Amino acid sequence: MRQSLAPRIILVVYLIVLMLPIYWLINMSLRTNSDIMSGMALWPHHPTFEKYIGIFNDPTWVHGFGVSLTYVAINTIISVTVALPAAYAFNRYHFIGDKHLFFWLLTNLMAPAAVYAMPFFNLYYAVGLFDTVWAVALAHCLFNVPLAVWILEGFVGGVPREIDETAAIDGYSFPRFFIRIFLPLIANGVGVTAFFCFMFSWVEELLATTLTSSDALPFAAVMTRSYSASGMDWSLLAAAGVLTMIPGAVVIWFVRNHIAKGFALGRV
Amino acid sequence: MTDKPFNNRAWFFVVPVLAFVLFSSIIPMMTVVNYSIQDTMGANNFFWNGDGWFRDLLNPSTEIGARFNDALFRTLAFSFAALAIEVPLGIAMALCLPRRGWGVGISLVVIALPMLIPWNVVGTIWQIFTRADIGLFGAAITGIGIHYNVTQDAVSAWVTIVVIDVWHWTPLVILLSYAGLRAIPDAYYQAARIDGASRWAVFVNIELPKLQKVLVIAVLLRFMQTFMIYTEPVVVTGGGPGSATTFLSIDLVKIALGQVDLGSAASMSLVYNLITLTVCWIFYTIMTQLERRRDA
Repeated sequence: MRQSLAPRIILVVYLIVLMLPIYWLINMSLRTNSDIMSGMALWPHHPTFEKYIGIFNDPTWVHGFGVSLTYVAINTIISVTVALPAAYAFNRYHFIGDKHLFFWLLTNLMAPAAVYAMPFFNLYYAVGLFDTVWAVALAHCLFNVPLAVWILEGFVGGVPREIDETAAIDGYSFPRFFIRIFLPLIANGVGVTAFFCFMFSWVEELLATTLTSSDALPFAAVMTRSYSASGMDWSLLAAAGVLTMIPGAVVIWFVRNHIAKGFALGRV
Repeated sequence: MTDKPFNNRAWFFVVPVLAFVLFSSIIPMMTVVNYSIQDTMGANNFFWNGDGWFRDLLNPSTEIGARFNDALFRTLAFSFAALAIEVPLGIAMALCLPRRGWGVGISLVVIALPMLIPWNVVGTIWQIFTRADIGLFGAAITGIGIHYNVTQDAVSAWVTIVVIDVWHWTPLVILLSYAGLRAIPDAYYQAARIDGASRWAVFVNIELPKLQKVLVIAVLLRFMQTFMIYTEPVVVTGGGPGSATTFLSIDLVKIALGQVDLGSAASMSLVYNLITLTVCWIFYTIMTQLERRRDA
């Protein structure tokens, strides 16, 4: 197909516009507060890394970063693991209540975090998980598990059923078939699903903040606290903001090929 | 796909999912239901209030009812505005993305980046970006002589929240559409070329129908998320000026945590959830019906 020039130009313009706010944040993070308040500058004239160094030397920030990564990892692993067999069941079999169950799962995506903030606090406090990474990881399962089932179901549908049958004839037990043959076939889907779970857990802030107080305070919450504590330390906020983008950027770099391969999500 | 074997043992595969989701959904939901039908005089003294909270909430002449009505209207308007911009823009950008070569990886990473920023950081980015004194956007708009003040002018606040959402979430529509486009077999395009179809005809007759499923997902996800928007407006406008950008979630948190008015907040949660559910269900049903009719 002949590639014309116009789409390229539109795309580049869009990408630049998309990057502007992020560039501005990086710009802010490399300037001191007095420099920021003294006037506009399109680029940092005297770049300094003092805020970044300050964050790396402050145990609260470093701990918060570790906490965030931990609950995101736990949540992603749980979500993908429990969603895999369920997605297989929904795609391959009819069973009593399957359609209703599927829609009910999706309804959990529609529950505003604001609705759940306080009941979650009560619940996790009662079971003794409050202020642990497990509380946040389990709470995020509310929307990530249904999402994972939804995405994976489409990928399972992309594998012809003949493969299941051939494996059964060849004498594969179901668990062995599932792990040795089926999983590699939908590796692409597992990658895409893990990406979405990582994303929605990493960016969620309201529940993560509600369910923690000190031991398991996520990075984003440390940021929110430094809001009021230090007046408006724009430079520090900007530096912390820049740091929150790094894990996401790394993850998307690893899954970019999975997305580029394309996927047609199955049942809606 | 109607020849799926009937097998109730498939339930065993679903049990782990149920365990995790039920724990986080049914128990908290019952707490909300519990609050919504009781009143409290403090000190854990609860007594039965029946449908009192709901009656107040759904009656626009009461204070809480009027407030709910306004917030609901605002949230619907916002969802509509955001979707109306994001879906066409997302599809257009997905079509502009290269199909192969070194540009694909880099473009995808750059496009996905805004989605991977924690929501309160998105708020912070735009809080800085839109300030007239230290922000590029704010300074540029003020510079060309437009009155722009996010915290004092309702129009500015509204435009800003929509711009933020478009910036933040159009990438989701792009990624889903792009993935959908990549799943179209080359044979379709070759057939179209042989028939001498125009670019527009290819889009309308091949790409759009093939994208339908992904687009349904994109629209559903985007509707749910815009309808639940909380963090970004709280950070950027704080729901103001006045209550111009106080969307449902913000109002809910204000009532529940700010005024500790549990009954009102709980009944509002339930009605709010029910509205989301109904809209999604209607959309879902219409789209699946359309699809069935086309397949038939």
